[in-house]
Amino acid sequence: MSEPFDPARWRPAAFLPERDVRDPALIFAIAVLCFLACLTALGVIAGDRAAHGWSGQLKGEATVIVRARGGETPDAAAARAAETLAGVPGVSEARALEKEKAYDLIRPWLGDVTDLEDLPVPRLVAVSLDRKRPATATVLQEALKAQGVDAVVDDHQIWIKDIRRAAGVVRLSGASIFLLIALAAAAVVAFATRAGLAARRDVVQVLHLAGAEDNQIANLFELRFARVAAISGALGAIAAALTGALLRLIGGGAGITPALPIAWLDLLAVLPCPLLAAIVAVVAARLTARRLIQDL
Amino acid sequence: MSRNANDAAEDPSADEILRFAGVSMRYGRGPDVLSDISLSLPRGSFHFITGPSGAGKSSLLKLIYLAAKPSAGTVRLFGEDVARMAPGDLPRARRRIGVVFQDLLLLDHLSAFDNAALPLRIAGHKPSEYRGDVAELLTWVGLGGRMNALPPTLAGGEKQRLAIARAVVNRPEILLADEPTGNVDHEMALRIYRLFVELNRLGTTVIIATHDQDLVARSSRPVLHLDRGQLKPLPPQGPQNGGAGRV
Ligand SMILES: Nc1ncnc2c1ncn2[C@@H]1O[C@H](COP(=O)(O)OP(=O)(O)O)[C@@H](O)[C@H]1O
Ligand SMILES: [Mg+2]
Repeated sequence: MSEPFDPARWRPAAFLPERDVRDPALIFAIAVLCFLACLTALGVIAGDRAAHGWSGQLKGEATVIVRARGGETPDAAAARAAETLAGVPGVSEARALEKEKAYDLIRPWLGDVTDLEDLPVPRLVAVSLDRKRPATATVLQEALKAQGVDAVVDDHQIWIKDIRRAAGVVRLSGASIFLLIALAAAAVVAFATRAGLAARRDVVQVLHLAGAEDNQIANLFELRFARVAAISGALGAIAAALTGALLRLIGGGAGITPALPIAWLDLLAVLPCPLLAAIVAVVAARLTARRLIQDL
Repeated sequence: MSRNANDAAEDPSADEILRFAGVSMRYGRGPDVLSDISLSLPRGSFHFITGPSGAGKSSLLKLIYLAAKPSAGTVRLFGEDVARMAPGDLPRARRRIGVVFQDLLLLDHLSAFDNAALPLRIAGHKPSEYRGDVAELLTWVGLGGRMNALPPTLAGGEKQRLAIARAVVNRPEILLADEPTGNVDHEMALRIYRLFVELNRLGTTVIIATHDQDLVARSSRPVLHLDRGQLKPLPPQGPQNGGAGRV
């Protein structure tokens, strides 16, 4: 302590120690929870988009199963059905699938039958619907009936309902998990803030007795813990965004992306994390500081 | 100045800075540690509070520096009934009181300079306004060369003087000192005592709680003697110094 001290150059030191030995552990714990919360948020967003995508795809399509009647060959019946359907309003395209496609579909049930030509295998017509004003199954059915085609229209309604239900479950459970993790993060921030304040009872006491307003004291701790929480929140958010970006990059094409389609913009959802963490810390610090001062 | 403080309680004409009327105090649901204390201290006076350990000296000071509330009776500070002060007025009243705590309560992570400057910062003064004063004060209490030192590196007497510097830095109207010579040798005790005398001469009302009978005997200051929570007449002293040892 032999270094000369020049009062003229003195700057007030922070009332609270700049660093605390507990800080790294605290930052780690909050950061991990924020990371998990952000990741869940990304998962919920992606799951929601996936559900939308599936049902959108199904909505835009219908499958028509055509059975030949009278002397008509299956191929001719399918061609006639496709032609009829193409003329229905709300249909953008109707295409009879090659017979091999139909065979492929039924082969699992029939085994490797060499000569399928003899079997009255129904033909399929794939219908692409106008996405804005899709024709309903009933309209398609009516049109085919008018042309005397024996056909069954499947507009995938059953699947869409299932997917909607599945999407709802994904959304709800994702939101619940997100809420739980966010609450856990908030609780840790609050708990750590309380512990930090209790450990700094000496500072609280001295400031209080020297005539500091309760607000002055609470502000010190608010700032301190808001900073710690914001740093942790930012670390967790960055880690989650990087993970999301990684999934987006490696999941291109046939990877995870079709199941969980993450868009680059989704990554912005992690942005509020540091702010939210800081706000929780501020509230916790304020409440705890006031209680501690009252107990002095 | 040598009148009995109990008599002063019946003298409302004095410019009193502190008045206790029938004050009792207890911790939680415990027994009364102070009972039925009445006293009146004039502004600018200098008093000792004596009594054996556990008599209630520290508790009495706590009532004055607004760290505790009486369980009965009224405390009037700066002419105001403390019980009627608005919560927002309490910090302001505390800023008018300097305290040397029995356990000092220095902040170990702050330099001696920062510790001493703390009350000024809390009061909202600008560093540029008080920097020089703090340095001067620390030099005056003999810590001119230790301004950058952290309290754990200071000797007992240095810590004591730092606590005193912090207590007086904001020019308080009342200075309370709880056993300020408890951990220092006789020489240092006298130096510290002279510091209080000097401050008192500058107008500060001084109240020192101590069981250092020697120090009390050497001074001619009035004594409030506490015994098991009650104000009692001072018990007869041993052979008096006859004023020869007065400081
Ligand atoms: N924080 C406390 N809680 C409970 N009892 C206390 C507390 N502080 C002091 N006391 C009790 O109050 C009585 C007076 O203590 P104190 O005012 O510290 O006496 P002194 O300063 O004269 O030694 C003692 O019996 C002590 O045990
Ligand atoms: Mg004591």
